[in-house]
Amino acid sequence: MSVETWYHLLGILVVVFPAGLLSLLGLSSLAGHPLSERVVARATEAAVVAGLAAVIGVLGMMLTNGDRRVPIEIGNWVLIEQSQAHTDFHFHISFVFDRLSVPFAILSFVLVGTIGAFANVYLHREQGYVRFFLFYSVFLLGMIVSSLAGTIETLFLGWELVGLSSALLVAYFHDRPSPVRNGLRVWMVYRVADAAFLVAAIVLHHLTGEGNFEALMGTGAWPEGKASLSSSEALLVGLLLLVAAAGKSALVPFSGWLPRAMEGPTPSSAVFYGSLSVHLGAFLLLRVSPILELSALLCVAITGLGLMTALFAAITARVQTDVKSALAFASLTQVGIIVAEIGLGFRYLALIHIIGHACLRTLQLLRAPTLLRDYHTLENAIGQHLPHRAELAAGSVPLRVRVWLYRFALERGYLDGMLAEYVVEPFVRSFRWFDSLERRWTDFLTGKPSRESDHTQNALDVEVKA
Amino acid sequence: MNSLHFPGLEISIALPLVGAILVRFMRVPERAQWVTVWISALTLCAAVGASIDFGTLGSHAAHDRWDLSSALLGHDLFVIDELSSPLIPLAALLYLATAVSTLGSKVRRYSFAGNLASEGVLLATLSCRDPWSIIALLLVATVFPYMELRARNKPTRVYVLHMGLFGGLLLGGQLAAELSSQIPQLSMVATALLTVAVLIRSGVCPVHCWMTDLFEHATFGTALLFVTPMVGAYATVHLVLPIASDWVLRTIAIASVCTAVYSAGMALVQREARRFFCYLLLSHSSLVLVGLEIATPIGLTGALSVWVSVGLALSGFGLTLRSMEARVGRISLTKFHGLYEHTPMLAAFFLLTGLASVGFPGTFGFVGTELLIDGVVEAYPMVGFAVVLAAALNGIAVMQAYFRVFTGAKHFATISLGCRLPERLAVLTLAALIIGGGLLPQPGITSRYHAAVELLRSRGHSLNGQHQHSATRQPSSAHPSGTGIDLGIVRTQELPAILHHARK
Repeated sequence: MSVETWYHLLGILVVVFPAGLLSLLGLSSLAGHPLSERVVARATEAAVVAGLAAVIGVLGMMLTNGDRRVPIEIGNWVLIEQSQAHTDFHFHISFVFDRLSVPFAILSFVLVGTIGAFANVYLHREQGYVRFFLFYSVFLLGMIVSSLAGTIETLFLGWELVGLSSALLVAYFHDRPSPVRNGLRVWMVYRVADAAFLVAAIVLHHLTGEGNFEALMGTGAWPEGKASLSSSEALLVGLLLLVAAAGKSALVPFSGWLPRAMEGPTPSSAVFYGSLSVHLGAFLLLRVSPILELSALLCVAITGLGLMTALFAAITARVQTDVKSALAFASLTQVGIIVAEIGLGFRYLALIHIIGHACLRTLQLLRAPTLLRDYHTLENAIGQHLPHRAELAAGSVPLRVRVWLYRFALERGYLDGMLAEYVVEPFVRSFRWFDSLERRWTDFLTGKPSRESDHTQNALDVEVKA
Repeated sequence: MNSLHFPGLEISIALPLVGAILVRFMRVPERAQWVTVWISALTLCAAVGASIDFGTLGSHAAHDRWDLSSALLGHDLFVIDELSSPLIPLAALLYLATAVSTLGSKVRRYSFAGNLASEGVLLATLSCRDPWSIIALLLVATVFPYMELRARNKPTRVYVLHMGLFGGLLLGGQLAAELSSQIPQLSMVATALLTVAVLIRSGVCPVHCWMTDLFEHATFGTALLFVTPMVGAYATVHLVLPIASDWVLRTIAIASVCTAVYSAGMALVQREARRFFCYLLLSHSSLVLVGLEIATPIGLTGALSVWVSVGLALSGFGLTLRSMEARVGRISLTKFHGLYEHTPMLAAFFLLTGLASVGFPGTFGFVGTELLIDGVVEAYPMVGFAVVLAAALNGIAVMQAYFRVFTGAKHFATISLGCRLPERLAVLTLAALIIGGGLLPQPGITSRYHAAVELLRSRGHSLNGQHQHSATRQPSSAHPSGTGIDLGIVRTQELPAILHHARK
C-alpha cells in the first residue's frame, strides 16, 4: 500500500473508533438494553487505545516522511449541483493532520482515556454508569472531530457534540434540581456560542465560497497560512468567532458557567471543564489564526478579552471556598492568558501552554476528592503544618479597595447577576407580558377564562407533595 | 402524465375513509384501536409503496394506475409528485404512530373513527394539486377537531372564528384568482386573501391563538394530528407561491421569521407542556415558511428538507409528550418531575427528537437547517440571523423541557410507568428514520432539491402566464424591465439551466 493509502486508512480509523463506541453505547441504550459495566469499560478502553494508536501512527508517518500537513478527504456528505448562475452547495467532510490537530487529538485521547479508567472505578455501581459513558463517548467523538476538522462545517459538527455532552454531564446527578439548573445554564451559554459560530461559518462560506480551511486560510501548513479576506471582513468573522470561543472557553462575560459546571461528577469536571472543553475556544482561535492576523483591531480585542478574563479569574479564585471552584477559576486564569497569547500572535506558545495546562489541571481535579488526605500526608511527611502565607501584595492595597475586591470576587464579578438582570429577566418579562396579552385575547374571544392549563392539577404534583 | 405501477395512492386514501366508517360502529374501544392500528399500518404500506413506485419512474408527477378519480371526474384529482412523495408516507406514519401509542387509559376518550377519517382527508389533500380540491379538503379537515371539541363540551369560539375566517378568505381568494383572468385588478385581491388565509392556517403571529387554544381544549392526539403535518405550508406552495409577486413573498417571509422568533421565545416561558409544544411547533413551521418564501433553489430545498425533518422529529416529540401525559396527567413545566428513571427510553427519545427538530448534527434536520440558513442568509442576511436566533432559542427550550419533565427530582410511582411494546416500536422506528436520515442525508436532499426546482419552474410558468396575459390586456402595466418577471433571486431565464442540472 502507498503512503497516501496508509495515511487515509489511519486517519479514518482515528475517527471511526470513537464513532463506533458512540454507536455501540447509544444504540444499546436506545433499544432499552444497556450494556454491563464490564462491556462498557472494555469497549471504551479498546476504542480509546485504538484511536490513540492510529493517531500516533499518523504522527510517526508524518515525522518519517517529513510531512507537515496531511489532509484526509472523506468527500461530500451532501452535494447539490446547480446551474452556472448559482454556486453549488456542498457539505464537505475532511480531516487534517498538522502541527495543531495532531497534538490536540493525542491530548484528547490521553486525557479522555485516563478519565475513562478513573471513572470506571469512581462510578462503579452508580445508577448512571452507562449514561456517563454514553455522554463520555459523545464528548470523545466531538473532541476528535473538532481537533481534526478540515472544514469549518466539520468543526461545527464536533463543537455541537462537545456542547451537548458537556451540558448533560453537568446535569449528571439528575435527581437533584441544582445540577440540572446548572446544566441548563451551561447549555444556554453554549447555544449562544453555537449561534455565533454558525453565523460566522455561513458568513465565511459566503465571502469565500468555501468551507475548508485550506481555502479559507491558504494552503500553507498551520500556522503559516494566509487568509484571503479583507481587514473588515476578517474583523466581522473574527468577532463572531471570538463570541463563539468566549462562550465555549468561559471567557468574560460568559465565565459564570464554569464553576457551575463543577456540579457534575469529578471525572467529567476534570476532563471537560478543567482540561479539554474549556480549551476548545482557544483551539478555535488557533485554527483560524490566519484570519486574526488580518485585523489589528481583532487581535487587540482578543488580547484584551484574554487579559480581562485572566485578571477576573485570578481575583475570583482567591475567595472560593471549595476546591473544585478554586480549580475552575485557576483554570480560567490560564485560559485567559492562553487567549491573550493567541491575540499577541504566539501560536506555538499557546499550543504548548494548552497541553501543559490541560495535563496539570486534570491531575489536580482528579486529586481534588482526596485533597485533605493529600495535605495530611504532606504534613505527616514534613512533620509540621503547611505554612499559610499572607498574599504578598495584600498589604499594599488600601482596605476599601480590598473590601471592594473581596465582594467583587465573592459575587464572581457580578457577571451572572448582570446577565440575569439585563438579558434573561427582560427577556422573560417581555414574553410573559406577551403571554398575558394572548390570554386576554383568547379570554375575550371565548367569553370566559380560556386556559384549562391554569387549573390542571398535575397528578404528579400531588404525588411529589405527598 | 406517467402512471404508477399500482393504485397505491388511491388505496392509501380510501382505506382510512372506509376504515373510519367501520370503526365508527364499534362499541368496544380496544377493538376500535386494534382495527385502527391495522388499517393505519396498511395505509402506510400503500403510501410507502406509492412513494417508492413514484421514485422508480424518474418522473416529476404521476397518477395511479387504473385511476378511479380520473375515470369519474375526467381529470387527475390525485397525483403524487416530487413535493408530496415523502409527505404522504410521513403523514401516514404519524397517524399510525399516534394510534399505536395511544395508551389504554385514553382509548375511551379518543376518537379512532375521527383519526382514520382525518387521515384519509389529509392524504387526499397532500395528493391534490388542483386549487379548488385543496381548498375543499382543507375545509373538511377543520371539521374533525370542531366535532371533538363539541363532543367534549369544550369552548369552540376561538377555533371557529379563526377557521371560519380561514375558510372565507380561501374561498374568496380563489374566486378572485379565477376571476382575475377577466378582471386583472382582482389578482392583487386574490393574492392578499389567499396569503392571509394560509397565514392563519399556519398560525403566523398574530393569528396563531387558535392553535394554542386547540391544544388547550382538544385531546393531545387530535391537536397533534391537525397541526403537525403543516398543511398550511402545503397550501402556501399550491395556492400562494404560484401567483404571489416578490414583495408578497418577502412580506410572508418577514411575518414568518417574526413568528419563528416570537414563538421560540414564548416556548421558553410556558408553564405547561402542551402549550410549550405548540409554540415549538409554531416556531418550526414558521421557519419552513421562511424558506418557502425565499424562492431560491437552496433556500427552498432547505425549507422542504426542514419540513420533512421537523414533521418527523416533532411528531415523535409530541407523541412522547402525549405518552408522558397519558401516564401522569397534564405536565406542568414550573417544576421538576424526575421521570427519567421510570421511562429512560422515552426520555432518550424526547431528547433525540427535540434535538433533531432544531437540526442537531447527526440527525435528519442538520443539513436541512444548514441549507435553510444558507439560503436565507444569501437572500436576506438579517432574516438569516433571526433564523439562527430562533433555532438557538428553540434548542434552549427543548433542553429546558427535557430537564423539567425527566430530571431534577425523584419520582416515586406506585405503578409501572415503563414503555410498552407498541410505544417502543413506534419510538425505535422514528429514531431509526431520524438518525438514518441524519447519517445519509444525500438521497433526501436530492429529492427535496428536485421538488424545489419543480416548484420554481411551475412558479415561473405561472407568473410568466400572468405577465403575458396582463401585457396583452394592459400593455402599460408590463414589468418595467421588460425582460420577464422577477422571481426573487431566481429569474425565469435561469430555470431551464437549473432544471437541467437537477435532472443530471
